[in-house]
Amino acid sequence: MTAVAAGSGTGAADLPAPPEAPPRSQWQLFRRRFLHHKLAVFGLIVIVILYVLVFGASFWVPNDPLEQDVLLGTQPPSGEHWFGTDQLGRDYFARVIYAGQISLKIGLAVAIISTVVGALAGAIAGFFGGLVDQILMRVTDLFLIVPAIAILAIALKKFGGTDIVIILVLAGLGWMSIARVVRGQVLSVKEKEFVEAARAIGASNGRIIFRHILPNCIGPIVVNATLAIAIAIVTESTLSFLGFGVQKPDTSWGNMLYDAKGNVRFDEHLLYFPGLFILITVLCVNFVGDGLRDAFDPQSRR
Amino acid sequence: MTSPYADPAETDDLGLAVDPDAPVLEVEDLRVEFATDDGPVTAVDGLSFRLHPNETLGIVGESGSGKSVTSMAILGLLPSTARVSGSIRYRGQELVGLKERQLRPLRGNKIAMVFQDALASLNPVHRVGAQIAEAISVHRSDLTGADLDARVVELLDVVGIPDPAARARQYPHEYSGGMRQRAMIAMAIANEPDVLIADEPTTALDVTIQAQVLEVMERIRDRTESSVMIITHDLGVVAGVADRVMVMYAGRTCEVADVESTFYEPAHPYTQGLLGSLPRLDSRSSDRLARIVGNPPSLLALPPGCAFHPRCPHAEVPGRCSDERPELRDLPGGHRVACHRSEEIEWRPQEAEAEGAAVHDVEEVE
Repeated sequence: MTAVAAGSGTGAADLPAPPEAPPRSQWQLFRRRFLHHKLAVFGLIVIVILYVLVFGASFWVPNDPLEQDVLLGTQPPSGEHWFGTDQLGRDYFARVIYAGQISLKIGLAVAIISTVVGALAGAIAGFFGGLVDQILMRVTDLFLIVPAIAILAIALKKFGGTDIVIILVLAGLGWMSIARVVRGQVLSVKEKEFVEAARAIGASNGRIIFRHILPNCIGPIVVNATLAIAIAIVTESTLSFLGFGVQKPDTSWGNMLYDAKGNVRFDEHLLYFPGLFILITVLCVNFVGDGLRDAFDPQSRR
Repeated sequence: MTSPYADPAETDDLGLAVDPDAPVLEVEDLRVEFATDDGPVTAVDGLSFRLHPNETLGIVGESGSGKSVTSMAILGLLPSTARVSGSIRYRGQELVGLKERQLRPLRGNKIAMVFQDALASLNPVHRVGAQIAEAISVHRSDLTGADLDARVVELLDVVGIPDPAARARQYPHEYSGGMRQRAMIAMAIANEPDVLIADEPTTALDVTIQAQVLEVMERIRDRTESSVMIITHDLGVVAGVADRVMVMYAGRTCEVADVESTFYEPAHPYTQGLLGSLPRLDSRSSDRLARIVGNPPSLLALPPGCAFHPRCPHAEVPGRCSDERPELRDLPGGHRVACHRSEEIEWRPQEAEAEGAAVHDVEEVE
């Protein structure tokens, strides 16, 4: 009988729980690791300041970016015109800041759209597997192999160079990497026991994907979304430099580079300032992405 | 006492009369096959059993005996590589062959499951309270907001989580092992299921916590008047909570009996071997435990005849044990066994022999 009694302990459930260390939420741990990454914090601060300054430009930039003074012509940087003036005598500082509105807007919008599309495609492919996976991944491959510049040039010629078209085209060509990353994550997360437990409580596939699987892939998604901002800004600049991007009278940083290239021998500053802003933005966004990656993944300690 | 748990339903959801004594769950000739690279593997082979209202059925067996596959088959959670045949009826409704969409309203609502590894079974990114709330709101949309929160706190309280309101806002990693398992139980009973399947609910816990969790499960069963299927390889757990015991070996039932007969008059040599291998407080420390020689057979190559005969100390080899597969048959007292020789085998209750000096040694020599 003794052996039988071994498992039937009684009444122990009412004992008080043993004291525990003060609990720390996942968010607190994440924040601590992120703040530990000095470059990422620096990058984040610069990005936030940049967005605030650029989109609040009308409140503080002293000169009108469109006001011409043809007689003044191109001037080097001075106390009155911090970045000098361009060929039409327009204040170059005001122009760079206002052009940032287009560049940063495109960067953010493309990142958001391509992340949503990519995460959805990847999650569906990874979760359902089989034929759905095959079809979605072959479509992804198809998008990866098309010559992006050619597609962009054609699309922009056909639909016009408005920022909406540029955003949609860039997003349409930028979601594939996120889809692949998310699919890989979903393939591993969907085998976790809590997914089975969710099934056992009667959760539907949609609920399992959106509530149980995707939140567990948030790290790679956010990191990739961040990097997508940088890629979108660079791609837009490249396109605009080639003349396929934002069309006048709208101006982006890449667009300004295009205008400046003719004068590069005499007026180098026209090239440097927009280029500098592209460089700072992309660099800082990448710092933030690095920091996020380390913060989300405690194992990636250097 | 005002209990949130309603009386056992006299009618089902469709308003049809339900016989209160009819089995809640009837499994008949259940077969589960998996297609593998080495050919089909039969994980469960012709299993039949019934689960009665307010009964706790213990299912015992080694790894690979088909216990967990059976529970997954009931909920329809087996992977698509599995081929399920036979019949599983919940209150008369056939579950085998139902589509996902048709099974979903049952899962977690009428038939709920407690998994072995509570840490892995709780989603790490959601608060425990939110996960329990989800288990409720998947099935009923009328409970929302503060009412839902109150129900979650109440459920955590029922399973004995101290300070349930604060604990509901914590994440699974902030819970101790025993508390996690209790949270899983709270989730499983959230909709007052008729059938609670617990798959090795205490295996990952240490012994003191095991006792607490089992005590909670017993209390819950009495309160919700549900039927419980507890799957385990731990005979101590079965002895503590089960009313009836089903012993499985290689995908088949070898013995079904109420818990007393199982422990005092085991009729199958495998059950006898399991019982003989339990350590006893009154044995000398120098005594060696009896053991079942050999290993469980590979399901790919089951021995002919009785699957247990190569390891059985009483087998007639060559003879019917190695030639003819024993079917489950009735013994007196509701005891059922699948063994050709159970009448001829004598099981000596260990208590009577307790003063005998070297019982276990003798047994091993035999």
